[in-house]
Amino acid sequence: MISDLPKYKTSDEVDFVIVGSGAAGGVLAKELSTNGFRVVVLEQGPYFTESDFTHDEIKILQEGLLTNHPELQPNTFRKTVDEQAKQQRAVAYGRCVGGTSLHFAANYWRFHENEFKERSKLGAVPGTGLADWPISYGELEPYYAKVEWEVGVSGLAGASPFDPPRSKPYPMPPLPVKCSGVIFEGAARKLGWHPFPSPLAILSQPRPGRSACVNCGFCWGFGCEVKAKSSTLASVIPLAERTGRCEIRPNCYVYGIELGAKGHVTGAVYFDLQRDSHLQKAKAVIVCANGAETPRLLLMSANEQFPNGLANSSGLVGKYLMLSSAGRTVGLFEHPLNDYKGFTASRVLHDFYELDPQRVGFYGGGALDARFSYTPYFFALSGLPPGTPSWGTGFKDALSHNFSRTMEIHSSGTSLPLEMNSFSLDPDLKDAWGLPALRMTYRDHPDDLKLVNWLNDRALELLEVAGALNKWSLPVMEQQFGLSLLGTCRMGNDPKSSVINSDHRAHDVKNLFLCDGSSLVTSGRGQPTMTIQALAYRAADRITALAKRGDLSA
Amino acid sequence: MRDALSRRQFLLSSVGAVSATWVATHWPDALAAVDYARHAVRSGAPPKFEFFTPEQAGEIDAIAARIIPTTGTPGAREAGVVYFIDRALKTFASDDRRIYLEGLPKLQERVRELFPGVGKFSAATAEQQDHVLASLDGHTSALPLPFRPKPGARNFFETVRQHTLAGFLIDPDSDRGGNRDGVGWKVIGREPEHTFQPPFGYYDKDYRGWPPASEDIEKK
Repeated sequence: MISDLPKYKTSDEVDFVIVGSGAAGGVLAKELSTNGFRVVVLEQGPYFTESDFTHDEIKILQEGLLTNHPELQPNTFRKTVDEQAKQQRAVAYGRCVGGTSLHFAANYWRFHENEFKERSKLGAVPGTGLADWPISYGELEPYYAKVEWEVGVSGLAGASPFDPPRSKPYPMPPLPVKCSGVIFEGAARKLGWHPFPSPLAILSQPRPGRSACVNCGFCWGFGCEVKAKSSTLASVIPLAERTGRCEIRPNCYVYGIELGAKGHVTGAVYFDLQRDSHLQKAKAVIVCANGAETPRLLLMSANEQFPNGLANSSGLVGKYLMLSSAGRTVGLFEHPLNDYKGFTASRVLHDFYELDPQRVGFYGGGALDARFSYTPYFFALSGLPPGTPSWGTGFKDALSHNFSRTMEIHSSGTSLPLEMNSFSLDPDLKDAWGLPALRMTYRDHPDDLKLVNWLNDRALELLEVAGALNKWSLPVMEQQFGLSLLGTCRMGNDPKSSVINSDHRAHDVKNLFLCDGSSLVTSGRGQPTMTIQALAYRAADRITALAKRGDLSA
Repeated sequence: MRDALSRRQFLLSSVGAVSATWVATHWPDALAAVDYARHAVRSGAPPKFEFFTPEQAGEIDAIAARIIPTTGTPGAREAGVVYFIDRALKTFASDDRRIYLEGLPKLQERVRELFPGVGKFSAATAEQQDHVLASLDGHTSALPLPFRPKPGARNFFETVRQHTLAGFLIDPDSDRGGNRDGVGWKVIGREPEHTFQPPFGYYDKDYRGWPPASEDIEKK
């Protein structure tokens, strides 16, 4: 089959170049090639197959086989623009075909209706860029359903009283409940809360060529050997390739987008594995490189017409970065849970999705889920209660007793969009290809930190009711590191206050589209990938319509 | 590459040829076959040290054995942690060589300082060894989390500690050479399989299923 895959020449002017093959890029590749367009996907990282995956924690979680490399592509970090940024790993993202969808935890709930119009509902939050989306939940709903059915999402419609309206049930039932889920469910209900089976982009039933989840226990952070996790590698990329019109070209590090004489883009320039430079010509370019690499690429593509970065007349490319706030609370129980078996989270609750700022004293909302995200070595490094000895007999006793008896409650919540939180090009540091390093500037809004503390307190309350023998929350600290990279080329109707319009088209360049975490206007309550994919399906429809009526040419 | 076929490579060689459902059903059998193959490989000659001298290896082995002691259950020694560290310093942890080469003499200095007359760490009593190690323990407070930046310059003890934990608990099917015979997983109660079916533990065995029977699930 591999030999039948199309190979385009760089001099072929294909219909679309897509930069990135992750959650959004994979979907756009499949949709546009299915709609008859010729597509080249340029992916920074390698094209792994399932036999390359491993349960080796060092290779995956420390060396980062599947992620960007902190030494080849160093980052710098500073809290505020007044500080000198220092070299420090600031982001991790999937750097391979499938992108971050390859190794995520796969929590796949939909954003709620109010997410899209929170600014109107609550009014301004002073000092922040909280804004309404230019689209509504209703416009996105059919695409959420499409994600669920096409990539494969397990879950139970109607199980949460807070769920937004839906046109279709889930295509398959939820995965089995874990012990952490049973404990969570029982205690939450005693408290009057409404736990429900986690919607997950993990198969509970086999699909052609893909197994249902076998509960191997190496899920979050790892690639899935049986294709149960619905990464774009396992789900839509094979469909894109099957059209015969889509070439997935791995090991292509795009570092510039070419602008033609008429102010429209003509293709993308990239380094191949040998670090030779190429220009892939295309009628239109879609950047799906994630909330860090998308703005970085635009900033690196500055030219005479756009001296501050391509499509950056607003000055907002890279700004309003939101990392998703998150907290971790841990509970220890009397009997074995063996929560290392299975996927990450089996129960979640949305009772606190929209907190009333008048009542709690801060803006925000979030979710709690019952999970166990530790693998054995990382549990030994960071899973024991504070104050436990870190070596010797006391350590060994705690380790042997606790590993099977521990669960976590994960708090995930809003991050307010602040203009000063951003990705930009580091003026001094270069990566191994000689390109400017990514610089992150980030300081959580005080409300984000208050929210996580508040959610952690609910988690402790739940563990108390559940009869945990010991419980503790990890200290809530200002974030200096991001896995969810959101909002940095935000969508909006006004070209002065946003980078793309509701078709994902750059306000400044007719045939340039951006679609990934950078498009988000608000952060959601963590777990943004489902919405990123729904946006990608919708964007594919919009872009197809524009292309078919000849609206992409100069 | 690898000494033996890993569980997953075996598995994946199957995915191409047969349906995924077959794989899920037959995984346990497939794994048993792989285990047999691995055991055959393991029963050969004991591994040689590639980085440490035998002398150095003896000292590292003694440190690891205090970090995860052999008690009623196996410890770092039985898991072959010193072989794991030796291989690590030739491979993924080659940056840490200096920490070991400079740390070992300092460790011995500390031994002689605290216990004159005891020639080297491995010759000290367990109590003396713990005393020496406690004096080197910087009590790092930063939790090493996945993907996060490495906690700053690590000292000798913290480096050996982290490597010992890894060598005790790494997937025994990986090519790292640690967690020999899966003893580390046995100690912490991690079953050796890579496929499980519910019920998983104590709390889910009597789960009555969804939706919950009686209670009111009205929107609050």
